[in-house]
Amino acid sequence: MPARRKTLGIAYLGVVMSRTGFLAAVALSLGVAAPAFAQEKLKVGFIYVGPVGDFGWSYQHDEGRKAIEKAFPGRVETTFIESVPEADSERSIEQLARTGHKLIFTTSFGYMEPTLKVAKKYPNVMFEHATGFKRDKNVATYSAKFHEGRFIIGKIAGKMTKTNTLGYVGAMPIPEVIAGINAFYLGAKSVNPNVKIKIAWANAWFDPGKEGDAAKALLDQGADIITQHTDSPAPLQQASARGKLAFGQASDMTRFAPNHILTSIIDDWAPYYVERTRAVLEGKWQSQDVFDGLAKGKVKMGPYVNMPEDVKQLAEETEAGLKSGKIDAFMCPIVAQDGKTVECKGGDRLTDAQVVGMNFYVQGIEGTIPK
Amino acid sequence: MEMLPFILATVFTAATPLLIAALGEHVTERAGVLNLGVEGMMIVGAATGFAAAVLTDSSVLGILAGALAGMALSAVFALMVLVFATNQVATGLALTIMGLGLAGLIGQGFVGQPRAAIPPVKIPLLSEIPVLGKAIFTGDFVFFLSLALIGFVAWGLNRSRFGLLLRAVGESHGSAHALGLPVKRIRLVAILFGGLLAGLAGAYLSLIYTRFWSPGMSAGRGWIALALVVFAAGHVWRLVLGAYLFGGITVAQLHAQAGAIGLPSQFLSALPYLMTIAALLFLSISGRKGAGAAGSLGQPFVPER
Amino acid sequence: MSFNLALVPRREVSLIRQVLTPVLALVVALLIGGLIVWLMGRSPAKAFDVFLREPLTDPWALQEVLLKSTPLMLISIGLIFCFRANRWNIGAEGQFLLGGIFGGGVAIATHGLAGPWILPLMMLAGVAGGMLYAAIPAVLRNRFGISEILTSLMLVYVAELLLDYLVRGPWRDPKGFNFPQSVPFTDAAQLQPLFEGGRLHAGFALALLVVLVAILVFRRSLFGFAVKASGEAPRAANFAGFNEMRITLVVFLISGGLAGLAGMIEVSGQVGQLRPGFGQGLGFTAIIVAFLGRLSPVGAMLSSLVIAVLLIGAESAQVSLKLPFDLTRFFMGMLLLCVLAGESLNRYRLEFRKETA
Repeated sequence: MPARRKTLGIAYLGVVMSRTGFLAAVALSLGVAAPAFAQEKLKVGFIYVGPVGDFGWSYQHDEGRKAIEKAFPGRVETTFIESVPEADSERSIEQLARTGHKLIFTTSFGYMEPTLKVAKKYPNVMFEHATGFKRDKNVATYSAKFHEGRFIIGKIAGKMTKTNTLGYVGAMPIPEVIAGINAFYLGAKSVNPNVKIKIAWANAWFDPGKEGDAAKALLDQGADIITQHTDSPAPLQQASARGKLAFGQASDMTRFAPNHILTSIIDDWAPYYVERTRAVLEGKWQSQDVFDGLAKGKVKMGPYVNMPEDVKQLAEETEAGLKSGKIDAFMCPIVAQDGKTVECKGGDRLTDAQVVGMNFYVQGIEGTIPK
Repeated sequence: MEMLPFILATVFTAATPLLIAALGEHVTERAGVLNLGVEGMMIVGAATGFAAAVLTDSSVLGILAGALAGMALSAVFALMVLVFATNQVATGLALTIMGLGLAGLIGQGFVGQPRAAIPPVKIPLLSEIPVLGKAIFTGDFVFFLSLALIGFVAWGLNRSRFGLLLRAVGESHGSAHALGLPVKRIRLVAILFGGLLAGLAGAYLSLIYTRFWSPGMSAGRGWIALALVVFAAGHVWRLVLGAYLFGGITVAQLHAQAGAIGLPSQFLSALPYLMTIAALLFLSISGRKGAGAAGSLGQPFVPER
Repeated sequence: MSFNLALVPRREVSLIRQVLTPVLALVVALLIGGLIVWLMGRSPAKAFDVFLREPLTDPWALQEVLLKSTPLMLISIGLIFCFRANRWNIGAEGQFLLGGIFGGGVAIATHGLAGPWILPLMMLAGVAGGMLYAAIPAVLRNRFGISEILTSLMLVYVAELLLDYLVRGPWRDPKGFNFPQSVPFTDAAQLQPLFEGGRLHAGFALALLVVLVAILVFRRSLFGFAVKASGEAPRAANFAGFNEMRITLVVFLISGGLAGLAGMIEVSGQVGQLRPGFGQGLGFTAIIVAFLGRLSPVGAMLSSLVIAVLLIGAESAQVSLKLPFDLTRFFMGMLLLCVLAGESLNRYRLEFRKETA
C-alpha cells in the first residue's frame, strides 16, 4: 500500500535544495529500485540515540523493529546499535550499510547530516531518517504528528482542571516541543477560556529525577494537571503521588499511575516500519516524506480513563475529527504571542511545514521560548 | 505560603540521594581513601535495588539489596586499593564505568515495570506543626534514615573511638601504622560504609525518588555527591549545607522557569553548579577554608616492614 | 578478605616484566570477558574475532579506529601532565567543549569566506578556549585554595549548558528550522579526509606529533622533571626553583589547551557544525585512557588505540552478535582494573604472612 505522501515545503531545501520542486518530484517518481533477493534475508538496521531500555523514544522504535520481525518471519533480519551519540554517528550508520543492511532507520534528528553523507556513499542502500527535513533519492524522512494527541489532551486538561492552571514539562525548546505546547494550549483554551499554562524545561530528554522535580515545581505553583514532553514516567508519577492528574507519554503508561492517568499519547512506529520494509521486499521503495499521525496510526491514544463521560466523549469526538482531517490542531486564524496573526498557508489551517518549523508561542501563553 | 511545605519536601527529596551518597564518601575520604566510583556504585544500587524489589515484591528488601550491591562493588575497590595498592583515582573511575555497564546488564529485564510508592512516615504530633510538619516530619523512611545518618556520621567521626582512629589513619597512615593501628582494616570499614551508602542512595533513586528503573538514571548524581564532599572540607555540617543548597537551587530554578521570569533556562540550569563554586569562594574569602582533605587522601598505603 | 597478604617492593623490574604485564592483564581481562560472553550464550571465539581482530585487519575499521583514537590521545596526553603533578583535572570534557565552541565560533564568524588561514585560526581559537576554561580551576586553586576536582567537574556541566544556549540562541542556523545547531561549516573550516572513501584526517598526525613532543618534554626537559617532582615530592620541586602555583597553572593550561584542540578537531573534522552533545563523554574516557597508559605518553598513545578498538568492536558486536553495549563498558572497567593490578604486581611482590600487621 503506498503511503499517503505529504510533501512539505521544506522538502526541497537542504540536500535537494538546488533542484526545483519539479525535478525532485521526478526523482521521487523514479524511486530507487530495490534488489529483491527471494532467497536472501533482507537485513534491516536501526540506529538508536538512547539505550533500548529507556522506555521512551528509543524503546518505542525498538518495538517497531520487533514488529518487523514478527510481520515477515524468516524473510527479514533486524539489527540495532544503541546509545549512538549524534555527533559520532556517521561510523555507526556506515557500519550497518557496509554489513549488508539494505534498509536503515536512523531514529533521531541529529543523525540527519551523517545519514545523508553515508547515503551518498551507498546508493543501493535505502535510508529512513526520523524527524529530519533533508532528503535524497535514497533517503526518506518520516515523522509523527504528536501535536494531534496534544490537542486532544489539551481539551481534556481544560475540562478537568479546577485551578485553571496546567503544568507542562518540556524537554528541549525544539519546534516539535513548541508545536506540542501550542496545540495543547489551543485545545485547553477552546474548552476553557480562563486556562493558564506554566512551563518548566528539564533541559534533558531523559533525567527522571529532574523531570519529576520539574513536575513538582509546577504542582507547587498551583498546576493541578501535568503534561510532559520528556521521556520517563517520572512527571506522571509525581502528579499521582500528590493526587493530581497527568498524561502518559510515548507508551501507554497506565500502570505507573492507574488512578491518576487520563490517557497517553502513544508513539507507534510499527505500522510505518512494517509498511516500509514491505516496500523494500516488493521492490517498491521510494524516497518520500511522511508526516502523519492519528489517521495512519503512528500516533495513538491510550484509553480515556479517570474522567467523566462527557469529557471522554469530547476527547473521542476530537480524536475522530483529527483522524478524518475535518479539524486540525492549528485551524486558522492562529495568533502568535506578539499579537500578529500567522499567515494561513494551508487554506483553513497551517501547513505541515509551518508546524514542523514552529518557533513561536500562540497568544495567551506566558513567558518566552528559551533561546 | 501553602506551597512552602511542598517546596521544602521537594528540596529534601532532591537532596536526599546526594546527601546519603556524600555522607558515605565523606567517611571514606576521612579515612584517607578517595573513591571516585560513587556514580558506579550508585547506579548498581539503583538497578539491583529495583530488580530485587520486583522479584521479592518488597521495596524495603529492594532498598536493602541496593545498599548491599553498592557495598559489594566497593569491596572490589577495597581489594584493589588495599591489597594491590593501586592508584585510587584510576580504580574509582574503573569502578564507575564497570558499574554503569553492570547496572545496564542487571536492569535489562526490568525496564518499564512500575513499583508502588512506599507509604510516607508521619511522625506523630510533630507532623501536625504548620508548614514544617508537612515538610520535615512527613516523608519516606529513607529520608528519616538520612537524618539519622547525619547524626551517626557526625557523632561517629568526632566523638567515637573508632572515628578517632579512622581520622588518624586518614591524616597520616604512616604514623597510624607506626602506632600499631590496623590501617587496612579501618580503611576497609570506611570503604564498605561508603559503598553501602552509595548503593542506598541509588536504591532511593529507583524506588522512591522516581519509582522505575532506567539505564543512566543516576544522571551524574554520584559526581555531584563527590563534589559535595570536597565542598564539605572535612565538616559534616558543611556537607549537609551543601547538599540542601544544591537541592534547593535545583528546585528553585525550576520554579523560576515555571514562573516565566525570562532568564535563559540554560543559565538557570547552570545555577546549582555555579552557586556551589560561588559558595566555596565565599567561604574561602571569609576565611573558612575548613579542615581540608585528609592528609593522606588518595595515597596508596604500603607499610614498610 | 585475608590481610595476611602484604606487598613487598621489588628492587628491580625487568624490561620483559614491564612489557609482559599489561599484555597479561589484557589476557586476563579477555578471559573473564570471554566467560561472561559464554554465560550469555554467545561464542567467545566469535566475540574475540569481532572485538579485536576485525577492527585491526579491516582497512575501513582501522581508519575509524585511528580517527576515534585522535581526541582520546590528545586529551589524555594533556591530562598526563596534570595527573603526574598530582593535579586532578576531572573537567577535560568541559575544556574539550570550549575548544569546540571557540574553534566553531571562528568557523561561524568566517562563514562564507575561504582561505587556508581559517583552519589554523580555528585551531588557535580552540586551544585558547580550552586553556581559558582550564585556567579557572587552576586560578581558584592557587588564589583561594578551592579544590580543582570540584571546580573542573562543575564547569563541565556549565560548558554543556553554554553550548546548548549558543546553538539554540545566537548561533542557531537561520536556515535550520529552529533546530538546535549552527550553520554547517564550509569546506575551508573542515579538516578534509586524507584518503578517498575514508574519514581519517590530519588530526591524527597532529595527535602523534603531540605524543612525540610529550615524550621529549618528560624525558629531556627540566619542566618535565619539575612536573614529576611536584607530584612525587612537592618540596623538592620547590627547591629546584619551581613554584607550586606556577606548575598548577601550567599543567592546567597544557591539558586545557590540548583538550581544546581536540574539541576543535572533533567539531571541524567529524561533526561539521556545532550541536549539543558533541562532547560524547570523550573528556571522561580520556581520563581512563591516561591511567590505562600508566600516565606515560607512549602508554596513552597505545591505550587510546586499545579503547578505540574496543569502542569500534562494540558496534560490530552489537551488529553481528547482538551483544549489548553495556557489556563493553563493563569490560573496559574490568580491563582497567586488571592493568592496575598488574602494574602493582610489577612494583611489588605479594607475600603471605602468618601474622597480621
